[in-house]
Amino acid sequence: MATPNIPLWEVFIRSRNGLAHKHVGSLHATDATLALQAARDIYTRRGEGLSIWVVPSNAITASDPSEKGMMFEPAESKIYRHPTFYDVPEEVGHM
Amino acid sequence: MDCFVASLLAMTIEQLGIQMTAANITVSETPLVLYTLRRADDALILGHRLSEWCGHAPVLEEDMALANMGLDLLGQARELYTYAAKVEGRGNDEDRFAYLRDVRQYRNLLLLEQPNGDFARTMVRQFFYAAFADLYWRAMMRSGDTTLAAIAAKSEKESAYHLRHSSEWIIRLGDGTEESHRRAQAAIDELWAFTGEMFAVDDSERGLIDAGIAIDPAPLRAPWLKTITGVVSEATLVLPNNDWMQQGGRSGRHSEHLGHLLSELQSMQRTFPGATW
Repeated sequence: MATPNIPLWEVFIRSRNGLAHKHVGSLHATDATLALQAARDIYTRRGEGLSIWVVPSNAITASDPSEKGMMFEPAESKIYRHPTFYDVPEEVGHM
Repeated sequence: MDCFVASLLAMTIEQLGIQMTAANITVSETPLVLYTLRRADDALILGHRLSEWCGHAPVLEEDMALANMGLDLLGQARELYTYAAKVEGRGNDEDRFAYLRDVRQYRNLLLLEQPNGDFARTMVRQFFYAAFADLYWRAMMRSGDTTLAAIAAKSEKESAYHLRHSSEWIIRLGDGTEESHRRAQAAIDELWAFTGEMFAVDDSERGLIDAGIAIDPAPLRAPWLKTITGVVSEATLVLPNNDWMQQGGRSGRHSEHLGHLLSELQSMQRTFPGATW
């Protein structure tokens, strides 16, 4: 179904208390109120959520895929940034 | 080939002695059974109407919203039919109530069997009913019948959302384009005469109200009208002055539309009684 001239929204759902909102998808709606209702109807039908955020897609500033070399490759060679160079005592348990 | 399969199938059905039509059940309509069936029929018929939109809604998002509301109502219908069957205690069940009663045995509000029409009409029908159902189920949470009170508690949350969703659409349709305004106003004018039936009470129901099982819908009309008026005026639409109200659904006198709806809803069980898959 075509949805001409209807703005696109990104949907974020928080599934449990204490967790962060996670991006789950997008939808079309004419305004924020209807976007929230559509998000409820499309993305929380199986009890997935306790909280919904909707954000106009055009409010998101995204990195440019053609710049991924400059943006992300320099981090790949810095394994010392991972916290894997010291021992965690057994008693600490899962961190 | 298809013809061959069809004749084979017909032959087999005949040989098995399966009857090709299923007869209507009889229902012992004591006041509580009748009361429960009325609400169950409301939910089933409106739910079925909403299901007719599946795959046909103006946008994908609304297709899902309409189906969700339809499923809420189907869930309410199932619980109510199951309870009616238990109260009646004559071997009927939710499927028999839904599939094996004829038009004259259905007890739903006339409003709810009205055809979907355009999107505005579907939304106005939903809006008129949800604004009522929200108040009604909230009040029914205090019913002396614990099963009905529990069904009311679940249904109220669903109705509250149906009201919110339909209200937002009424506002946008009324205060939208010239065409959406015209269609929304036409839907209000067309469906208005079916709203009075929601607040009517007959002798059968009066007894249940006096016994604290049912609640009297008449006092709900004022708050219902207040909700309706607020949304409609925000939508720059107007309610008709017409006070004449059409009734009959509660006693089985329906519009011509219900028969067509039931023929689709029941065709499978009527043709192949007891079929399961």
